[in-house]
This record gives sequence, structure tokens and C-alpha cells, in this order.
Amino acid sequence: MNSTRRPWLMTLAWLWVAVPFAYGGYELILKVIQLFGG
Amino acid sequence: MAVTFLDRSRTVAPENWSRWLIPPAALSIHLAIGQAYAWSVFKTPLEKSMDLSGTLSSVPFQLAIVMLGLSAAVGGTLVERKGPRWAMFVSMTCFSTGFLVAALGAATAQFWLVVLGYGLIGGIGLGIGYISPVSTLIKWFPDRPGMATGIAIMGFGGGALIASPWSTSMLQTFGSTTGGIAAAFLVHGLVYAVFMSLGVFLVRVPREGWRPAGWQPPEKSEKALVTTARVSAANAIRTPQFWCLWIVLCFNVTAGIGILEKAAPMITDFFRHTAVPVGTAAAAGFVALLSLTNMLGRFVWSSTSDLVGRKNIYRLYLGAGAVLYLIIAVAGNTSKLVFVLCAMVILSFYGGGFATVPAYLKDLFGSYQVGAIHGRLLTAWSVAGVLGPMIVDGIADHETALGKQGPDLYTTSFYIMIGLLVVGFIVNEFVRPVHGRYHEPAADSGVAAEKEAA
Repeated sequence: MNSTRRPWLMTLAWLWVAVPFAYGGYELILKVIQLFGG
Repeated sequence: MAVTFLDRSRTVAPENWSRWLIPPAALSIHLAIGQAYAWSVFKTPLEKSMDLSGTLSSVPFQLAIVMLGLSAAVGGTLVERKGPRWAMFVSMTCFSTGFLVAALGAATAQFWLVVLGYGLIGGIGLGIGYISPVSTLIKWFPDRPGMATGIAIMGFGGGALIASPWSTSMLQTFGSTTGGIAAAFLVHGLVYAVFMSLGVFLVRVPREGWRPAGWQPPEKSEKALVTTARVSAANAIRTPQFWCLWIVLCFNVTAGIGILEKAAPMITDFFRHTAVPVGTAAAAGFVALLSLTNMLGRFVWSSTSDLVGRKNIYRLYLGAGAVLYLIIAVAGNTSKLVFVLCAMVILSFYGGGFATVPAYLKDLFGSYQVGAIHGRLLTAWSVAGVLGPMIVDGIADHETALGKQGPDLYTTSFYIMIGLLVVGFIVNEFVRPVHGRYHEPAADSGVAAEKEAA
């Protein structure tokens, strides 16, 4: 299980948490716009 | 078979295992359990479909937070002994099972099952999950412990950012009836089980004696507070340092919760009779901004503490936090921008306080049983979770009864928060290196290492 030989594992692991995070960030921006511009 | 897979000895990392695989493992747990901050999404649908009061619909969340503190305190030593994979598995099982039991409760209109599932069973998942990666991250990142724990604990702040819109859209799809809520709980339980399983499979502990490439532990620490000794959890709670940090964390969290818990009605009340009133949608934007800085503060401030030291960063949280509260109290409703900016920075300090404390504990007590010590310290969170809302809600209700409105509803609370932060600042000044009599004997270091690896 040498991660240096398995870059896919590193990519998968970070995408696993980054994709939901990006979704949350996107929804957050939509709400913040309403505070000052909405 | 399963027990073997979960055993600490099976999680020792092979040669060349990248430590950068551990933060996503930790995040998969913390992003999931951070859903707790989004419980309010379910409150109104539960109240309408099961005919509950607002107080009653908060009970699952309140019990979950109480169980978080208790299970972290009671289970901390077990988590240290059994290892992070076992802890993450227990967290995943409890958190997901909690949702499934809550789904049964919603489907059968038995609210007590929702309380039992989400509050009691799920709350154990919160506590064990919260502390599960802390000790492991500190061991993988001895050169940057603040940054490492900041990443994980940032996930707990960020979990609500994901869960809030996700749960809302699910309720819109399934409907806000008992059947719809049950379906939403069921999906939550199943999806979170899959999501958290990444952490269970991926987490590893470093081999005995492993160090980051090119990094040497300092023979004698350059920073006075940073120890190379080992202090057990049982001894740690006998030290004044532990209780100083308990007060510091409790008051810092109380001050943050004072705004966080009542953010939407607070900004609406503040600017109700001004030229720039704040509507419901804008108030939701304010809450979202606070969630963002609460989350970012966990990473940014905790990482900064690696450079400036833990004591100094808490001077900032507590000292600057008191000044910012003072600015809000004095400025009142003269500027929305000033109010929003001050609240954002205060919430970043709130998050930073959570994320920096494991590294502060590591500095004082070593990494030997830092997870168990951290678990015991989280009882301060449980107390703050009651204290903060009690101060702000109690005073706001009292001022309303007296016919006051606008900023006057909160000014007294803000001065109390300033007082708490000043007390926390002073107590932080009393933090000194732990006396040698609390250290594990040098002759037992081999035994200690075995116990740690056992």
C-alpha cells in the first residue's frame, strides 16, 4: 500500500471530501449574496 | 475477523505511507458529524408534523451535544487504547444507527425514538468521532500539530455547510410530513455510513519511531511550554494547567455561542428600526457568513499557532475577542458592516479556540494520551453550550419584557461576554509548563510506549 505508487488513492481520498465541501461552499455563496446584494 | 481489522496493530502504516492521506480520513468523519450544527433544518418540520413545541424539538440536538461531551470524556482513554480505526468505526456505526432509529421514530410518530436515536446513540457517535483522529494527526504531524488538527476540526465546522442545504433539499423532495422526515433520516444514515467508511479504511497510525523526513524533535524545546515528556490522562486532570485550559475553552466557546446561537434574530433585532433593516433571507446570509468564518478560523488560526505559539494565539482569541465585543456594544446599530465584520472575526476566534486546543494540550502534556485528555476537556464545551444560550436568551427575554428593543436587547449580554473573555485571558496567563511530578517516569517509557501501541 505504498501511496507514492498509488496516486489514485490520494486523489480519490481528497476528492471524497472536497466535492461535498465545494457543494456546501457554493450554497453558502448563494446565501451570502442575499445579505448584501439580495 | 472484524475485530482484527479494527485493531490498532492492523492500522500501523507501512513504509512510505503518505501522511497526507490522514487529513482526508479525519475529514470524512468530521464533515459527517458536523451535521449536528444543521439540526435546525429538521426543527420546524418535526414541530408541525408531530405537534411539538420549539423547546421539545431542540431536545434531540441538546442531548446529542451533551452526549458528545460525555462520550468524549468517558471514551477518550478507550479511543487511545483501541486506536483510530476502531474509534471511527464506532462513530460511524453510532452516528448512522442514530439516524436509522430516528427514521423509525419519525415513521411511527414516536418522538422518543427520534430523541433516543439522534440524541443518545448519534451523540455517542459525535463524541467518539470528534476525538478519533486528533491523537493520530498529532503523531503524523509533530512538526505542525496545530495545522493538522485545524484541518480535521475545520471539517466539524464545515459539516453544517454541506448538511444544511442537502437536508433542506431532501425535505423539499420527500415532503415535511413524518414519512418525508423518516425518508430523509434514512438517507442521511445510509449516506453518512458510506461517506465515513473512507476514514475507517484509510486511517493509519505511524510506526514506532517514525518522523517526518528531515525533521528532528528538539532536544530541549525552544518554546518554554512545549514538553517532550509524557503525561497520562489520569494525571493531566490533576494539574492546574488542565483546569486553566478548561476555563479558557469554556469562556471562549461561551462568547462565540452567544452570537452563533442567536445570530439570525440578533441581526434582525439590531437593525429593525434603521434605514437598512435585515430580512429573513439576509439574516440567513449572515448565519452562513458566521459558519464560514467559524470553519476557516479553525484552520487559519490553528495553523498560525504553530508559528506564534498556543499561548499567544489564545491571547488574541480572548483579548481581541473582548475588544470586538466592546466595539459591537458601543457601535450599536450605526453600521451593519462593522457589526457583521466584528461578528465574523469573533466566530473565527470561536472556531480557532476549538481547533487549537488539541495542540495546546500536546504542548503541555505530550502526545502520549492527548486524545483522552482532549476528550475530558470537551466537557467545557457541554457547559458552554448551556451557559452561552442561557445568558443571551435569558437577558434578551428580560429586556423584551421591559419594553426594550434593538441593540438594547443584547448590550448587557455583550458586556458579560467581555467579562468572561477577560477572565479567560487572565487565566491563560497562568498556564505554565507542567510540573515534573506529573510526568510518566523515564524508567516506564518503554512500558508507556507498549501501552500506547497496545
